[in-house]
Amino acid sequence: MNKVVANADAAVDGIRDGMTLMVGGFGLCGIPENSIAALVRMGVKGLTCISNNAGVDDFGLGLLLQRKQIKKMISSYVGENEEFERQMLSGELEVDLIPQGTLAERCRAGGSGIPAFFTPAGYGTEVALGKETREFHGKMYVMEEWLRSDFSLVKAWKGDTLGNLVYRHTARNFNPMMAMAGGITIAEVEHLVEPGELDPDQIHTPGIFVHRIFQGSGYEKRIEQRTTRKRG
Amino acid sequence: MPLDKHQMAKRIARELKDGFYVNLGIGIPTLVANYIPEGIDVELQSENGILGMGPFPYEGEEDADLINAGKQTVTLKPGAVIFDSATSFAMIRSQKVQLTVLGAMEVADNGDIANWKIPGKMVKGMGGAMDLVASAQNIIVVMMHTNKAGESKLLKRCTLPLTGVGCVKKVVSDLGVFDITPEGFVLLEHAPGVSVEEIKAKTEGRLVVASTVKEMVV
Repeated sequence: MNKVVANADAAVDGIRDGMTLMVGGFGLCGIPENSIAALVRMGVKGLTCISNNAGVDDFGLGLLLQRKQIKKMISSYVGENEEFERQMLSGELEVDLIPQGTLAERCRAGGSGIPAFFTPAGYGTEVALGKETREFHGKMYVMEEWLRSDFSLVKAWKGDTLGNLVYRHTARNFNPMMAMAGGITIAEVEHLVEPGELDPDQIHTPGIFVHRIFQGSGYEKRIEQRTTRKRG
Repeated sequence: MPLDKHQMAKRIARELKDGFYVNLGIGIPTLVANYIPEGIDVELQSENGILGMGPFPYEGEEDADLINAGKQTVTLKPGAVIFDSATSFAMIRSQKVQLTVLGAMEVADNGDIANWKIPGKMVKGMGGAMDLVASAQNIIVVMMHTNKAGESKLLKRCTLPLTGVGCVKKVVSDLGVFDITPEGFVLLEHAPGVSVEEIKAKTEGRLVVASTVKEMVV
């Protein structure tokens, strides 16, 4: 059951042009920096990326956008990326914007064997166009289908060789659901430990959802909006 | 004088009730946290996965793994909890979050809201706004009353793609405080020095002036 691979390049082996990837993170927080860098090196193209955001111009998924490796983005918010906006408005990049809670739940459903569910989000808006709507207990809901990926790329704080994962603070975000919904799930961790070192009661993602794990390195962990207060 | 953004935030803070779980949107709504009245205890929910969000960190104590939904560095209060995005929106859709404060480009007198897209010009995405407005028990929209061209943003019907239908209950603009009822916008309070006539002239949607209308205390 040892799922450890040597590095990011070994981890992304098998990702091919045109595949659908889930990429964890919220903004630049909790993104799989090493795996994204490996995709840049690999040069794989025509990707569909499911990720809450699209990075910034020169970091995160922005690195793949710059090199036109992404054909389609499925996200909830893409406001911080000029290159993204340019490609989208010019029609080079296909974009499916979906409500954040719906995105999270579609990933969760994909990883839970639930092909569809009903949510109130987006009812009466263009998000609901072409989708089944139904009334339950006097309120209208929109049917949304699960999302699944060929590969899911997630980032955790700690992980063991069996693939059990623990996230740190808000770097958790979409990573657990995307790990669940991956055909092959690749986890990169800041601290790779031996079985038994993680408290079974404190593990966020059970290793059964993870296929490959590696010790990441050189994390930049860039902060998008550095906000502070003065002492005293 | 129309309210500035801090005065708008301060006025909204008076809508907070002890024991509320509150989600504050990006921009002016975030400032509401600075004006929580004495004796009112609320827990702030951030949809990227925090309940019990604290203030910004002291300089040098920023943590890249700890941000709010606006991607700003924040801290955790004692007793805070972290969760994944699916759990976060479970709280929101199941109405455990009692008050949502968010900004808008347009609000209509039937409670519709538009705040995520200007076709052909600006497409940033809805983020969590559609989930929030579809489920919150109380939604307060904070916005400028008019756009840069001086046109009303409180409309009969929204012209931009909708974020939610019939969901907004209250609007705080730089000119006044309004409830949204079947009769349309109801002016409850006007900003100091702003006349009811000015507000009428700058509101395109149906407007009723409450018999109890008063000047806002700021």
